[in-house]
Amino acid sequence: MSETRLMKRYSAFAVAKEALKYHMGWERAWASPEPKKKYDAIIIGAGGHGLATAYYLGKNHGIRNVAILEKGWLGGGNTGRNTTIIRSNYLQDASAAMYEKSRSLYETLSQDLNYNIMFSPRGVIMLAQTQHEVRGYERTAHANALQGVKTEFISPSRVKELCPIINLEGPRYPVLGGLWQARGGTARHDAVAWGYARACSAMGMDVIQKCEVSGIRTEGGKVTGVSTNKGDIACDKLGIVVAGHSGHLADMAGFRLPIESVALQALVSEPIKPCMDVVVMANTVHGYMSQSDKGEMVIGGGADGYNNYTQRGSFHHIEETVRALIETFPMISRLKMLRQWGGIVDMTGDRSPILSKTPVENVFINCGWGTGGFKAIPGSGWGFAELMAKGYSPLTAEFGLERFYEGRFIDESVAAGVAH
Amino acid sequence: MLILECPYCGVKGEETEFTGGGEAHLKRFGPGASDDDFHGYLFKRENPKGVHLERWRHTNGCGKWFHAARNTVTLEVYGTYPAQTTEPPKDIKDKISARVPGWSWREFS
Repeated sequence: MSETRLMKRYSAFAVAKEALKYHMGWERAWASPEPKKKYDAIIIGAGGHGLATAYYLGKNHGIRNVAILEKGWLGGGNTGRNTTIIRSNYLQDASAAMYEKSRSLYETLSQDLNYNIMFSPRGVIMLAQTQHEVRGYERTAHANALQGVKTEFISPSRVKELCPIINLEGPRYPVLGGLWQARGGTARHDAVAWGYARACSAMGMDVIQKCEVSGIRTEGGKVTGVSTNKGDIACDKLGIVVAGHSGHLADMAGFRLPIESVALQALVSEPIKPCMDVVVMANTVHGYMSQSDKGEMVIGGGADGYNNYTQRGSFHHIEETVRALIETFPMISRLKMLRQWGGIVDMTGDRSPILSKTPVENVFINCGWGTGGFKAIPGSGWGFAELMAKGYSPLTAEFGLERFYEGRFIDESVAAGVAH
Repeated sequence: MLILECPYCGVKGEETEFTGGGEAHLKRFGPGASDDDFHGYLFKRENPKGVHLERWRHTNGCGKWFHAARNTVTLEVYGTYPAQTTEPPKDIKDKISARVPGWSWREFS
């Protein structure tokens, strides 16, 4: 059992108290210890999903002798590179259960973690810009009604009401309606990672950054530990939660995944005054946009058409995305774009994630979130922790690796398109 | 930016002129194959962090399929070669070996 670490609680009172001391009394948000020789469980990857897994291992299952290893810096992978959209309007029952669990956990996550993740349930519209999409989203709305996920198909005039800057009459992409999820929204992505890391650290877990795993050690088909640049570390259970590099890690453990890695990119504009208080996704044109609290328009685009690990993305995708978005939002045409970046997404054939046991005993894998993992962080951690602790979770049961072998897909490629 | 040269028409173009077609030199399994082989053929790609042998189509050009040897980290292209082969020609393999010593690809390297 690890010692819990005493940490000051964040509150309005604490801010006032610190103000009197010129804010010199704030401590580090989480500890940076050296690794111990052995842990009950090791999680590879200190992104949102890895940290959430560790958090719920401790909180729900009492497993607190846990290390989270990160080769770079905490939350520096896809957790810090996404467009922060949270929604749960998926078509298939297994996905809706997972993403709705996640969305509902996001609602109280700030209080739960004592860390402001700035969850903003501002609502998400997915635009229908072709007849095909109209039919698809009507179908999704009906499926969501049966799943208990509150969504509705709305008219173009309602879209305009919710998002006045939109151009309904675009020559190529007229707005024919939209799938509206009022309880969807955004959150501060870094804060999600930081909040979980802080809570894990408080429970006595070790978040170890700049610790790259170079090998997975097994004995008789069972995991015994990992080799890292900070030495060998033993463990009883191992969770691999590394998104784009999942194939690389699976290779170390000696099995192969139905995953291909590509770069997906996003960009932000210069900050402008508030003009849009919902998230709009336009899947036909592979573009989605929301306005951050700083005023930047946050724009997500398409994924590269070939495998790569470059974390930057092809330049022409920016042009395609922005060109299409300008037709839908003419007022952004003269905005300067400030920053662009890419992340490596792990794509599965059915565009649904893998949360599964693996051919190596006590090695578990959580990957395949592809272009839409941020929204799933709390639910994924909740379910994956249960899977690691008990060997079964109703939330993850459908997402096993064996579904590819059995041909039992959770097909979201049509429902979700490229944009998540 | 990724620049490829079509081995048929000799045109050098950037990536928007071509369409990626995924992993090359797959051994195909169909009716009568074991479940493991079929599963492997359908889903288990190499997806390497490094040397990748892949298919491309010169979509906005001659329209023909060809192969490329490319690095997925640096986007360096070691060479392109015609589609009617089951492995890269020796000069491309030598070029890869010079740049990435010890590389391997399924049953050959």
